[in-house]
Amino acid sequence: MAESLTLEELPQTALDDTAPSGKKRRFLWARNTKAVTGLFILGFFVLIAIIGQWIAPYDPDARNKDAILQPPSWEHWMGTTHLGQDIASQVILGTRPVLLIAFVAGILATFIGVVIGITAGYVGGLGDESLSALSNVFLVIPQLPLIIIIAGQLPSAGGLTVAVVIAITGWAWGARVLRAQTLSLRKRDFVEAARANGEKTWRIVLAEILPNLTAMIAAGFVGTVAFAVLSQITLSFIGITPSDEWNWGTILYWAQAQLALQRHAWWWFTFPGLCIALVGISLTLINFGIDEFVNPRLRSTGLNARMLRKRKIRPRIGFTPVVYEAKEDRS
Amino acid sequence: MRFFLRRGIFYLITFWAAMTINFFIPRIMPGDPVSAMLARNQGKISPDAIEALKALFGLDENMSLWQQYTTYWSLLLHGNLGMSFTNREPVVDILARSLPWTIGLVGIATIISFTVGTLAGTAIGWRRGTRADILLPISTFFSSVPYFWLALIIISIFSVNLGWFPSNGSYDRSMVPNWSWEFVGSVIYYGTLPALTIIITSISGWILGMRNMMVTVSSDDYVTVAQAKGLSERKVMFGYASRNAILPQLSSFALSLGFIVGGTLVMETVFSYQGIGYHLLTATSNKDYPLMQGCFLVITVAVLLANICADFAYGVLDPRTRQEG
Repeated sequence: MAESLTLEELPQTALDDTAPSGKKRRFLWARNTKAVTGLFILGFFVLIAIIGQWIAPYDPDARNKDAILQPPSWEHWMGTTHLGQDIASQVILGTRPVLLIAFVAGILATFIGVVIGITAGYVGGLGDESLSALSNVFLVIPQLPLIIIIAGQLPSAGGLTVAVVIAITGWAWGARVLRAQTLSLRKRDFVEAARANGEKTWRIVLAEILPNLTAMIAAGFVGTVAFAVLSQITLSFIGITPSDEWNWGTILYWAQAQLALQRHAWWWFTFPGLCIALVGISLTLINFGIDEFVNPRLRSTGLNARMLRKRKIRPRIGFTPVVYEAKEDRS
Repeated sequence: MRFFLRRGIFYLITFWAAMTINFFIPRIMPGDPVSAMLARNQGKISPDAIEALKALFGLDENMSLWQQYTTYWSLLLHGNLGMSFTNREPVVDILARSLPWTIGLVGIATIISFTVGTLAGTAIGWRRGTRADILLPISTFFSSVPYFWLALIIISIFSVNLGWFPSNGSYDRSMVPNWSWEFVGSVIYYGTLPALTIIITSISGWILGMRNMMVTVSSDDYVTVAQAKGLSERKVMFGYASRNAILPQLSSFALSLGFIVGGTLVMETVFSYQGIGYHLLTATSNKDYPLMQGCFLVITVAVLLANICADFAYGVLDPRTRQEG
């Protein structure tokens, strides 16, 4: 139901919001504080991932007998481990593998999802039935246990292997959403027109259908990256990936193995966890932004409670602030 | 009726696919870790069990792939999942012992979280743009952190610092499991923190999903009509808006269950809660392949059964599914 509504809303949004000059379009983006905040946080971590090896204060493996299990201080601002290793350096250097694997897994899974989803939606018939059944099967099978038993039986589960395993198990959601959307796009006039013009199938798919799926593909990609971050950190935490490759999950693995809880070393697991949370939040915020861009009815969230009260708007049944906003813009 | 039949066939296919994936995973893996483990356990496990394990993992070179596949299925259907390397007892026994704990924990926690979350989402979606929207950023935070990390934080607050609840185990070890009030009380006492972890992390998803559906549904015509007829606000909210908004909620229940179960499995190790997840992860680090495969199989079947329940609820709530047949 939500999907069909979104679809009908799409062309209208394009008319109302994106048709005006470039200046106004930029304004619309900037007004979406959620997406901007999300991109800002994610950008920060990407920056850390790139320059991490130059800004890390210590060698993450270096042991220091004089600073064992120190709480956060000026020298070690995230504290130290049971061997006197600097946790801040481990977190900083652990950023790159986390983001790299998550993005690689996201790209691979999105690619599989796009190919299967669009093929299923566009081809229809028996091909559609079997591809949909395949993605539904992968949706229902619990992913994390599947990832664990695949990765657990691999001789070594480092870096890219993990990304591939996550991608193989995590593509189905994107495929399902894209299939539904392709199915409805296929019947639209502009696609019919392209077909009547004798366009080749690959051209219709690439030039007519794919551009209309951009927002959904982006949302699916962001969602998969978030899933990949969590899966990969979980795998490291339970000790499936090599424990000498620093990432946030490895730090948590050592914290758990060395009884950080019982030793009251709260800093050992708190900071890596907060980083995971921040990355997750930034991805969720970006997806909220995309959702609101696609489904204008949700856009009221752009106006927070205080703003609504200040403008004396009291949300009622059937009230869509978008309409109000659009009218205001025109006047 | 056709709806249920179609779903039934789908679940049969999914079951078959999951079992087949389970069959192929050890066979396509590079190297031969299982026979190494078998060689190490020679003499410690009975020859019968070795035969069954060879059939399950495809180590018998005299058999064709098809023969292996049929043997695999006949072993599965007879409830023979092989012998655990580390515990030296049938995998089925270990699973039967630990499954009730996981199902009880996940089941109760998920039902509480789903009910409370959906009600809260209904209220927030109905009065959108009020102070209740503050819940959104908080819930975003909790849905972004891994279960096991939240479990660590919760233990460090409620168990290590405040000392209100025990930090590990699923019941008082000095007690013998029975159905007395005392023992049940102990299970609830030990299960509070794990359940709390599941509820805190998963409730935000339900709130958010319900809120968004309420926002979408509440601007539909039938809601406006119901309001125009002068029905009471409560009646419009529960009888018209939320009744329709809950349907996607149920389908996402089915989909997110696998995710919740996955998170819970890892969380169980943090609490040393003796469910399936605890065994799956110890089996993984001990390279106890038969137990790993068995755990995956049981988890998948449990999730499928829960999905069937969700589908049934959907069919009851949405008359359109019944009309077809």
